[in-house]
Amino acid sequence: MSPVPLKESRSLRWMVAILGLVLVLSVTQELARPETTDLISAGTAGSTLRRAVPILLAGLGGIWAERAGVVNIGLEGMMILGTWFGAWGALEFGPWWGIAIGIAGGAAGGLLHAVATVGFGVDHIISGVAINILAPGITRFLSREIFATQTGGGITQSPRVESVGHFDVPFVSGGQIFGWATPDIFGWIDDRGWFLVSDLFAIASGITSNISWATLLAIALVPGTVYVLWRTPFGLRVRSCGEHPVAADSLGVNVYRMKYAAVVISGGMAGFGGAFIAIEQTGIYREAQTQGRGFIGLATVIFGNWQPLGAFLGSILFGFADALQLRDRTAVHALLLLTGVAVGLIALRALKRSQPVGAGVLILVSALMLWWYSATDSVMGELPPVTPHIATLLVLVFASSRLRMPAADGMRYRKGQE
Amino acid sequence: MTARRIVMALAAPVSAFAFSVLISSAVLIAVGTNPIDAWAEMLSFGMRLETLIETSNRATPLYLAGIAVAVGFRMNLFNIGVEGQYTIAALLAASAGAAVSLPAALHILLIIAVAMIVGSLFSGFAGYLKVTRGVHEVISTIMLNAIAWAMVGYLMRTWLADPDDTTLNLKTREIAESGRFPNLNGLLEAFTRDIKGGRELGGFILVAVVVGIIFHLYLTRTRSGYDLRITGLNPFAAEASGVDPKATVVRAMLLSGAVAGLIGLPEILGDDFKYDLSFTKGLGFAGIAVALIGRNHPAGIAVGALLFGWLDSAAPILDVRGDAPREIVSILQGVVVLSAVVAYEVVSRVRQAQEARDTAIATAAQTDTGSDQPEGEVGA
Repeated sequence: MSPVPLKESRSLRWMVAILGLVLVLSVTQELARPETTDLISAGTAGSTLRRAVPILLAGLGGIWAERAGVVNIGLEGMMILGTWFGAWGALEFGPWWGIAIGIAGGAAGGLLHAVATVGFGVDHIISGVAINILAPGITRFLSREIFATQTGGGITQSPRVESVGHFDVPFVSGGQIFGWATPDIFGWIDDRGWFLVSDLFAIASGITSNISWATLLAIALVPGTVYVLWRTPFGLRVRSCGEHPVAADSLGVNVYRMKYAAVVISGGMAGFGGAFIAIEQTGIYREAQTQGRGFIGLATVIFGNWQPLGAFLGSILFGFADALQLRDRTAVHALLLLTGVAVGLIALRALKRSQPVGAGVLILVSALMLWWYSATDSVMGELPPVTPHIATLLVLVFASSRLRMPAADGMRYRKGQE
Repeated sequence: MTARRIVMALAAPVSAFAFSVLISSAVLIAVGTNPIDAWAEMLSFGMRLETLIETSNRATPLYLAGIAVAVGFRMNLFNIGVEGQYTIAALLAASAGAAVSLPAALHILLIIAVAMIVGSLFSGFAGYLKVTRGVHEVISTIMLNAIAWAMVGYLMRTWLADPDDTTLNLKTREIAESGRFPNLNGLLEAFTRDIKGGRELGGFILVAVVVGIIFHLYLTRTRSGYDLRITGLNPFAAEASGVDPKATVVRAMLLSGAVAGLIGLPEILGDDFKYDLSFTKGLGFAGIAVALIGRNHPAGIAVGALLFGWLDSAAPILDVRGDAPREIVSILQGVVVLSAVVAYEVVSRVRQAQEARDTAIATAAQTDTGSDQPEGEVGA
């Protein structure tokens, strides 16, 4: 189940897929009425990336734990710990320390989960739920003790927090080198308004300008996780604990230690995600600001078939939904057109494969979407935030046979017992 | 033998609670307050009649939430979606109750029926996805929570909010007098003194008690409840002995959601008479905590619900007197849950080892006692 190394054919296919997606989005943007300009734009791309990062980190955290065979419903709680400790660390010692302390806070939550599930053999779901209940209690108490006494802070929020800083990539997005402003080539092409080309460069410009250093670090964790889990002996051992712990044990792997390590790393990733929300996204700690992103991260694990790259794509998709609804409702409306047509195409394929019932249902869905698109001018604001949840349900309902989770995921393991 | 059983059964929750008090005390010392003063303050305030009434009012929805969760837990089904189920059930039940006028008893029954049906539709959908498409209920109910909240927001904004209301706090129309649940102040005052501060002992606690009793009878006295329990203990054995696992899953989810629908009703029927933006959230997750502490047993859940209700009711005095931050209670609650689940696990392992030893001794002595078969306890 290891990801195939990026061979030429594969990277080519990726490029074609991305180009095709951008083409589809550009066409949709051109055709959509009422007009929208934010379906693809530098702003949307940048916002998507920022919104995707915490989800991505929670997802990577989920992969670490589940690859070692421990289901981590507690990601949400660990993320909450990350937001508080991240903000506190940033206030006390500066933003980078905040990230580090947020990671430590999440990792502490992971350690608790590991002690309960691996050490004591408590059911994984139950322990995770308990951590989700415990974490807000801890942060509420700590806020009361610490933030409430500071100016601008209170029982439910911290004073403003400074971010770790942003940069523009030189030569492509106008970044500076030793004080010399390089040209903003991507932005220039974006402004020309050439069909497709400008859209491509708009995305490139969005994800190369005003980038947080923390974002860069988070994205580096995707190949980092792939490398460690699939290319190192440690990763092999961790994964073997998630597939067949008894076999791993018989080969001399210390299963308990591997599981502990993986779950602590998992908590650390979630904590990073929480710290990112507090320090980079909002610049403040607020109670309940994770808004269930830990759970969405869990959804990307399934969505991405327990693969880091899959979780990354899932988080981009969910980040896109998140970004669009904040920026431009008409863009969300335009997506109805896109989904309607897409479902229609899938229906045609089903018809060709002589699956009349499925095709009938899909055609009905497609017609409904298109009717909805033409009959309205905007989509209700409640829909975009739940698209990740609906998408996850749909994936589980229709594609669960293609998903493969680690074989011993969620199972209790006691050394010496089959 | 039974004495040892009782000691074993109480060992876990008591030691978990003691551990949590210890941890919380350590935290209080760390922030420079005297824990003994704080606990004493809470105890003396917590024994006042008004605080106990508040405890009962807070424990009622918690108990219902605990039962809703426990219905699933008893057969290893994790209905994490109680949170969303009770919210949308409360909204629709409040709207339905405000839309009709009926004789008192019928009116209340209608509201209760709407709430239970809405709750069970949501949870039943998760059950249906599990048995037809193999979607794990933990994931589907988490996703359905978010979908339920979105639906609540949309329905409130567009259709169900009172159009004559001009304030920013969206609310449904008020339920007429006939649809309100009576309080038990008269009954209580006959035994005690007058209740001060305008507090009311919510009558819905009677419903909660009845639900608890029905839950117990269902599990212990009916075929269907028996199926549910043995499926939780050993799904393969259950199936081999003729239990339809799919029907049992769907039934358990439907029941769980139906009880979940009741959670919001003490507030809707006895206190606010409408659904608005300040409707209490988080009871579903708290219900999971309560069910875990009570080990999915109706009596245990009652203890858990009363404990959480009492802690929440007694904590405000800490702020009034300034002895300690009241938020220490949320730490205490969180630690209780985690340490309780660990303690139950440890105790059950100790018990298993002991039973294995006993059996070994009995077999070695060649005495055929026959009744040494360990009776399985279901639970977390």
